[in-house]
Amino acid sequence: MDDPFEEARLERGYEQIDDQNDPVVMVLRHKDVRKCAHQWKTFQSGAKPGRIVVPSEVNIRDTRQIPFEVDPPEHGAYRALMEEWFRRPLLPDYEASLTDIIDDIIDGALQTNNLEVVEQFALPLQSRALTLLLNIPHEESEVWISWGTHVFRSDDTKLDASKATILYDYIDTQIEKAISLPGDDLYSKLLASDFQDRKLTKEEVKGVMILTFAGGRDTIINYVTNTIAYLGNHPEALQLIKEQPEICNRAVEELVRYFSPLTHMGRVVKEDTYVCEHAILKNTRISLCWASANRDASVFEHPNEVVLDRKVNPHVAFGFGTHKCLGATHARQLMKVLLKSLSKKVQSIKIIDQKENVEEWGTINRKVGYDALNVSFHSN
Amino acid sequence: MVIINFKTKDGQVISTEGRKGSLMELARDNNVKGIDGDCGGVCSCATCHIYVAPEDTDKFPTASDIEKDMLEFEDNTTEHSRLACQLEINESLNNITLTVANE
Ligand code: HEM
Ligand code: FES
Repeated sequence: MDDPFEEARLERGYEQIDDQNDPVVMVLRHKDVRKCAHQWKTFQSGAKPGRIVVPSEVNIRDTRQIPFEVDPPEHGAYRALMEEWFRRPLLPDYEASLTDIIDDIIDGALQTNNLEVVEQFALPLQSRALTLLLNIPHEESEVWISWGTHVFRSDDTKLDASKATILYDYIDTQIEKAISLPGDDLYSKLLASDFQDRKLTKEEVKGVMILTFAGGRDTIINYVTNTIAYLGNHPEALQLIKEQPEICNRAVEELVRYFSPLTHMGRVVKEDTYVCEHAILKNTRISLCWASANRDASVFEHPNEVVLDRKVNPHVAFGFGTHKCLGATHARQLMKVLLKSLSKKVQSIKIIDQKENVEEWGTINRKVGYDALNVSFHSN
Repeated sequence: MVIINFKTKDGQVISTEGRKGSLMELARDNNVKGIDGDCGGVCSCATCHIYVAPEDTDKFPTASDIEKDMLEFEDNTTEHSRLACQLEINESLNNITLTVANE
């Protein structure tokens, strides 16, 4: 996978793009991305809901995503309610259930000689794993799988309000259900939480749940699909993991660096400032380009190579600082189990056909994953 | 075996025994509060932040630029700060006490 940001990163350090007449200055260097992520007072997340997302969602969404679109100190108060729940993936039972789910999907994949990875492997895997994070019955994943991969983005218009409505209506219904019949699930847990001497409102719970669904969907799907493609093209990598399973942790970090499933995320500028000697005006937008930072040769040796056992790897694929990914523990555990199960059950992966998913950021095209990837898994 | 003590934010001292690997792994495997080791030790999360007492500084190699840059953005960073995942267990550390930086 190429690094389409290299030239702009080396020459200027930023790239200006338009987005629905609300332009964005993409910040490209590792050091600057971390610095801007750290300066939450100047580069704000708690703007109008939808505005820090690129392409902007201000016209299709009013619900504030929590804790993502909130600044400190409220941000910290929200996160404090959620941190422990989102660390559950480290529990042995969680890992065991995840292993069952993934083993089952791989066994199924071994039965067919033409597997479309996005719809038939990555989407079911992501959806079934999410039932563990929400602590709800396994069967619920069938509903999410039936939405297909494009519930939050549509091929033609990128921003399709009617598709987003499916998710929002679904979440409203689930919240009502949890109110009438509380259980051990994330909805009920959030509804029962105390926040600054009151309970969370339905709208706040909705804001958390939208984010949990949306933030953890395409990212995981791209992470998984890219990994399968990589292992197909690099049989020696699968072999290495078989021989040295102890490198799994480093491999998970390296693959997420290399693929950077979330390309960038925006911030709204609170005061006139500079990035890379470029003047940035108050109330305009910048974005923190994780994908570019992760290929910065001033930090990573051989940035455009996958070094599966890369020892020092200060990547920002899960963000940096205040808003670092809350789902990272789940995502890392999922990938670790996936690599282990693949290395146990699969001998080789043959790529049959592929259609790349290419994002357009101004004049820069970035491959983020696949629209379709056809492969066959072989057990020996 | 080397004995290594971790003093957590709430004042507890947890005594651990290690042979090899990093100080982050040792602390994490012994459930030392405040050492999460989210990234597994590749220097990308800073959830393994500790303080080394001035008299013990020489027992460790100096921090790499990458480690220093990571610490620069951390809350509670002082001149005694290190990332435990970048420090290997070795004989000279026997009976050392390290202070955990975060809750
Ligand atoms: C490989 C998979 C994933 C990647 C690459 C990823 C990436 C990111 C990044 C870069 C951020 C920072 C955004 C910012 O600074 O504005 C973030 C935040 C977040 N992610 Fe993820 N994510 C992944 C999976 C997940 C999953 C599975 C979930 C939950 C189910 C999730 C939930 C969140 C939440 C709630 C936040 C906001 C945290 C905050 O604002 O404090 N993510 N993610
Ligand atoms: S464990 Fe992540 S930086 Fe040390």
